[in-house]
Amino acid sequence: MTTSTTEALMPFDDVLAAYDPALGLEVHVELNTASKMFCGCPAEFGGEPNAGVCPTCLGLPGAMPVVNGKAVESAIRIGLALNCDIAEWCRFARKNYFYPDMPKNFQTSQYDEPIAFDGWMDVDVEGETYRVEIERAHMEEDTGKSLHVGGSTGRIHGADHSLVDYNRAGIPLIEIVTRPILGAGEKAPEVAKAYVAQLRELIVALGVSEARMDQGNLRADVNLSLSPKGSGTLGTRTETKNVNSFRSVERAVRYEMQRHAAILTSGGSILQETRHWHEDTGITTSGRVKSDAEDYRYFPEPDLVPVAPSREWVEELRGTLPENPTARRARLQAEWGFSDLEMRDTVGAGALGLVEETIAAGAAPQAARKWWLGELARRSNEDGVDLVDLPITPADVARIQALVDEKVVNDKLARQVFEGVLAGEGTPDEVVEKRGLAVVSDDGALGAAVDNAIAANPDVADKIRDGKVAAAGALIGAVMKEMRGQADAGRVRELILEKLA
Amino acid sequence: MPEITRDEVAHLATLARIDLSDAELDHLAPQLSVILDSVASITGVAGDDVPPTSHALPLTNVFREDVVVPGLTAEEALAGAPEVEEQRFSVPRILGEEA
Repeated sequence: MTTSTTEALMPFDDVLAAYDPALGLEVHVELNTASKMFCGCPAEFGGEPNAGVCPTCLGLPGAMPVVNGKAVESAIRIGLALNCDIAEWCRFARKNYFYPDMPKNFQTSQYDEPIAFDGWMDVDVEGETYRVEIERAHMEEDTGKSLHVGGSTGRIHGADHSLVDYNRAGIPLIEIVTRPILGAGEKAPEVAKAYVAQLRELIVALGVSEARMDQGNLRADVNLSLSPKGSGTLGTRTETKNVNSFRSVERAVRYEMQRHAAILTSGGSILQETRHWHEDTGITTSGRVKSDAEDYRYFPEPDLVPVAPSREWVEELRGTLPENPTARRARLQAEWGFSDLEMRDTVGAGALGLVEETIAAGAAPQAARKWWLGELARRSNEDGVDLVDLPITPADVARIQALVDEKVVNDKLARQVFEGVLAGEGTPDEVVEKRGLAVVSDDGALGAAVDNAIAANPDVADKIRDGKVAAAGALIGAVMKEMRGQADAGRVRELILEKLA
Repeated sequence: MPEITRDEVAHLATLARIDLSDAELDHLAPQLSVILDSVASITGVAGDDVPPTSHALPLTNVFREDVVVPGLTAEEALAGAPEVEEQRFSVPRILGEEA
């Protein structure tokens, strides 16, 4: 297996001059049901290994699956929210493969009869709308989790053996598959990222999954192919598996476009294969070649009867859908008074839900936007994680803004509060307390610092006495320096002007 | 009439991880053809008005409430495992694919 890190890449602009990209995205959503897809084990991953299992999800002889009705309901609601048709009658199928993460040696999935099909989702990218067509959304089950022992990096390479925990095996999954997304051109990486980010917002609004990419509740596989510009054909694709953040989706598409283009331009051909995404280095490496492995010998699951949702049930579920994303964005923009550009940036940063929750927790819209798209966006870039995965909640952000509004901290100190919360030092109030960050507005303490500043800068003081009030800035700066930034700047200014009146 | 070739049987055996010798293939391939022929004779009985079915019972929508029920303890779950390590099923090295 090659893990070469020296594959040739073509500069992105050159790729676009010669090729049209076609994207396809497969997103797995882990549902937040209480129990698993086909048995009553807890649908919770983590905890004590192999303590959330039973004969059904272990695939023991004689065990019989029964479908979780709530999971079917969630699947239908996801399908409806994606503007899909809902099957009047569909079956589960066995997907046969041999891999120890699936103890039955097959995954119970759906094959040619998905519960939802032929939908679409409109995705906003920098003010333009791309309609992403949804081919299907089907029900299946998650696999167990393998730990590889003996390799130096916990990967399969060099491992002696693997240890499997089946707590995750059987947790309900919905796999959402797009049709090829054509015509995105240079925006292909951004369209891919925006699709996954906006799909996540929809899933969160539906309340059917925790939808945390960093926790693996939402996992994206990125298909990409290139065709000669204007040819209207589809090239050979690669499928990059388990890309686990929005920004990685964007990076993976960009990388594969550049890699494919370099191969095609040098006269080579693309191998149809899965690729592994490496978050640390931002590259993909060769996985498994798709050939015989594709022969899953699907057949209808004999142990489960067909699912035939009545039209009454489907309409009832349609009535439970959240506001559609386009209408929601328009409403929020009007409520918040954001400009088109502010709204576009908020959506583009994957911060719409975060800003909404921050406002709901009491912050003013502009303040909520400022922190998420400023300080926190900077941190998420530095740390290479999505905003939503930063260890800070919208309630924390609203509380920090409240501390600013209450003049407990100023903007500069607020940045230190963010730093403390992100470093796991506790709630905003605890960070203020522990780090001693509260602004001093007490006249006694400030007065002494102001006196010192005046004494140290007699020329500036004279200018102010002569009526040049603008010069007060220099003295405010001196006081701030002495007070290590923790002075109430407004009060300092008042004191300076009083003393030099 | 469905016909299954020796090569197809060999391919299926590979997919199913069944290790068949040449002699076994020679012996089994014709037998599978006979079985398929027998099954195919059913299509001669069913008229156009009989839709293909995958289930013997005319049932749909058999659902379970989304309620957690006790399963096995980890000890019980691992009782039949050939090897256990760190409270997990220990399996041989996985080849050919990275997880």
